[in-house]
Amino acid sequence: MTTIDILYFAWLRERIDEPRERVLTAAANVAELVDELCMRSERHAAAFSDPASVRVALDQRLADFSASLRGVREVAFFPPMTGG
Amino acid sequence: MEIEAPLYGEGELPRYERHILLREIGGQGQARLKRARVLVVGAGGLGAPVLLYLAAAGVGRITVVDDDSVSLSNLQRQVIHSQQRLGMAKVESARITLAGINPYVTVVPVETRLDRTRAADLVAGQTLVIDATDNLPSRHLLNAACTAACVPLLSGAISQWEGQVTLYDPVNGAPCLACLFPVTPPEELRVTCTSAGVMGALPGIIGAMMAAEAIKEIAGAGRSLRGRLLLHDALWGESRQIAIHRTAGCPVCGPLQKDPT
Repeated sequence: MTTIDILYFAWLRERIDEPRERVLTAAANVAELVDELCMRSERHAAAFSDPASVRVALDQRLADFSASLRGVREVAFFPPMTGG
Repeated sequence: MEIEAPLYGEGELPRYERHILLREIGGQGQARLKRARVLVVGAGGLGAPVLLYLAAAGVGRITVVDDDSVSLSNLQRQVIHSQQRLGMAKVESARITLAGINPYVTVVPVETRLDRTRAADLVAGQTLVIDATDNLPSRHLLNAACTAACVPLLSGAISQWEGQVTLYDPVNGAPCLACLFPVTPPEELRVTCTSAGVMGALPGIIGAMMAAEAIKEIAGAGRSLRGRLLLHDALWGESRQIAIHRTAGCPVCGPLQKDPT
């Protein structure tokens, strides 16, 4: 188990109602982490209802949902913003 | 012997003194600004500060595109417009304001909604294109047109309290919009200014960042946002930058990529 800081942007933050949280996780990759997060609350499940339209950055580098979380300290989830 | 027309109008140059004093801009950078042609798509929240600062900076020719007119709910954040111009086309309202700030800048107002043909025509010959639109279909249209024409696309977007800024430029190694966000989210997940609100000063923050990046890019100053996405959260006072990269096989910029990573 490792401790990871999770950051949420745009509609993810709005749905979850927190900009960040610290989680203890056994997830090996981002996809497993998202599955774990969805179990935390209905808000989390709503935020990740369409994970394909969300991008992830591991320690501030863009990554795929298949990317390993080994050694990662910060995971940021962000969708495209549309407003102007 | 042919005599070249002077670059600046009579009495124009002193207004740029504070830029010329900057080592990173100087006389050469200011001349690049004056010779530049910039397309700004969207004369709303983000377009307002972008247009104001680019005109003030002496960008030679600014084409501004929008099909909307000024409404009361715009005035909380779209500071280029005014109470007296309610109902006026935004591009015309913008033109009037910019003429008042810097009469030496050529402003070309284009009251239209983007489609594929118009986007290609508008992008052709521009030094830089600025995406200040308020919807994803227009953003993707502009991305495709800029990618095809090899014109860098400075893109900003906002949502309630947060903003994103980056410079898409696949021909120079940076990703395009479709590399970064290949999937358009379903309607119910999207957050728009109309449906979810937006803090009035936010487009000022993000739009001014875009204007700064545009001035840097044109003048050749500093380090651009190519390959970096800036995320700013005004509610929590936090910023993050994400290293972003091209996607191999991207349907939009893939054919341009010699060495996708």
